[in-house]
Amino acid sequence: MPLLSVEGLVKHFPLSGAWLARLRGRPAPAVRAVDGVSLAVAGGETLGLVGESGCGKSTVARTILRLVEPTAGRVTFDDVELTGLGAEPLRRRRRDVQMVFQDPTASLNPRLSVRRTVEEPLRRHTALAAGQRRERVAEVLGQVGLGSELAGRFPHELSGGQRQRVNIARAIATWPRLVVLDEPTSALDVSLRAKVILLLDELRATLGMTYLFISHDLATVKYLAGRVAVMYLGTIVEEAPTRELFARPLHPYTKALLSAQPVPDPDARRQRLVLAGEVPSPIDIPAGCRLRGRCPLAQPVCAQPVTLREVAPGHRVACHLV
Amino acid sequence: MTELLEVRDLSVQFDTDGGVVEAVDAVSFGVRAGEILGVVGESGSGKSATALAILRLVRPPGRIVGGQVRFEGEDLLTLSEEEMRAVRGARISMVFQSPRTALNPVLTVGRQIARLFELHRGASRRDARRRTLEMLTRVGIAEPERRARQYAHQLSGGMCQRVMIAMALATAPRLLLADEPTTGLDVSIAAQVLELLRDLGRRTGAAIVLITHDLGVVAEVCDRVTVMHAGQLVEVADVRRLFARPLHPYTQALVRAIPRIDQDVAMEPIPGTVPSLLMPPPGCRYADRCPRVLDVCRRERPALLGAAPEHEVACHAVEREGAVAVR
Repeated sequence: MPLLSVEGLVKHFPLSGAWLARLRGRPAPAVRAVDGVSLAVAGGETLGLVGESGCGKSTVARTILRLVEPTAGRVTFDDVELTGLGAEPLRRRRRDVQMVFQDPTASLNPRLSVRRTVEEPLRRHTALAAGQRRERVAEVLGQVGLGSELAGRFPHELSGGQRQRVNIARAIATWPRLVVLDEPTSALDVSLRAKVILLLDELRATLGMTYLFISHDLATVKYLAGRVAVMYLGTIVEEAPTRELFARPLHPYTKALLSAQPVPDPDARRQRLVLAGEVPSPIDIPAGCRLRGRCPLAQPVCAQPVTLREVAPGHRVACHLV
Repeated sequence: MTELLEVRDLSVQFDTDGGVVEAVDAVSFGVRAGEILGVVGESGSGKSATALAILRLVRPPGRIVGGQVRFEGEDLLTLSEEEMRAVRGARISMVFQSPRTALNPVLTVGRQIARLFELHRGASRRDARRRTLEMLTRVGIAEPERRARQYAHQLSGGMCQRVMIAMALATAPRLLLADEPTTGLDVSIAAQVLELLRDLGRRTGAAIVLITHDLGVVAEVCDRVTVMHAGQLVEVADVRRLFARPLHPYTQALVRAIPRIDQDVAMEPIPGTVPSLLMPPPGCRYADRCPRVLDVCRRERPALLGAAPEHEVACHAVEREGAVAVR
């Protein structure tokens, strides 16, 4: 039984003019940000969710936490369906599922000290007394490598790396079982990025948490995730154990993503699998395989609908040509 | 080898309430005709300030406090502001990190490029329009007529960067300064933009100074690399040499700090943090982070010395080993 399971998740953002179209009996125009995503995350594992801007990966994350309401689909956490939950039972679940956002500055309240920031979820989601909360804040600050002398500081008095540590401390304060990490390292400099990656990995191992790690950076995902799902234009196109995916990518989109990643080795300048053009708008999604218009291997069959199917143990791919 | 641009002992400082920030500290390097020179380092290493100083675009409270910037034989720092305007955008141009904010939001992108031909080349409106469409085609923009009529906010980030590059190359400059041109773009779009820069450099013979924090990007497109740390230049080398045998402890740490998709090696963060540039102590600014620090490192700044052909490094520890010789 997976800790988190997402089935057939759909999130459409309606566009203006939708009601008029419906009135005329036409399909309403919408941004189809997430268009039928299913995922399962086992307790203790890290699932990497990768893809480029606009592929819907952040919307998946937000829908899981119900920061946005899904259009359709089910999200089940620890045997409880989150998607049907009322406000109060959902609030009680919040301590188990936490999130770290990309922008370490924008996600902190500039008027709260580090101590108050980390204490906030404890006040909201636990019954701890003031003294216990203070102890817990000191404990998590230590776990993320922030000295207690920083507890009284405000976000503007911290460096970018320290701010992201505060965000991580806030997320893990309530002993969550699942942490959703949305590009937690992409706003950080090289040396800070390495430190935060190692910190996240160590925290997961020592505290036994489960991560859903969302990123556009395949190298970072390779370090943190045991399994990777690749998203393109609202759907998952490939899913495999990390080693398998990097050694044997099957979907042309995964191959293109891997070959586009600059590698710090001048002798490795290589022939690339380059996709033509840019990601199409999620309003006018092509029928059949969504990569069809950009894929160098596209065939007439690609106009037919394509579904994920298992081609090796744990390795699933949605491509007619594999 | 002919140096198109020669930067000698360039220093840039910023006056702040707390004191003087030494953002660029006596930096020297050359750029050869037609090459792509990478400038790498963490934030605060002074790489962008160096580029702005070359074009004399450092704004108060920042100022250039010393050095020379010799370009095609003349020292740009001695030119009048009017003479400098004839250099900027015409003989040396620049591509910035956030293309959308660098473009004028109230002019169509076609008009912005056409104006360059009119201003710098005295082209007629009609001629400028024709050359604009040519330029847009050259940077790989499909449907150039339609795109030329659009505004920056109607284009994707990758498309805006292509427009910026078209603008930068419109006047056939000899030197292009590109400051993090692919940061913030998706990997596949970034790969397209790098490919475009490399290809245009080759075809037009323009030299490119590519400023980036990403060693992957450097390895991918550069011929030579300079490494900067806290306002000081610590190593210059041919790109193959730099990755095969980095000599400066900072360069070595930088290479080990990146997560790699091509190898299974441990990733090690760089120890410590970039030091404050507010009235920094004398000597090597990497000293407090360096595992090989010597007493002399905190007293004297190491000189940039030749370690091999096409390889120079500024490090007392390397010097002590006898791995370098005075040029």
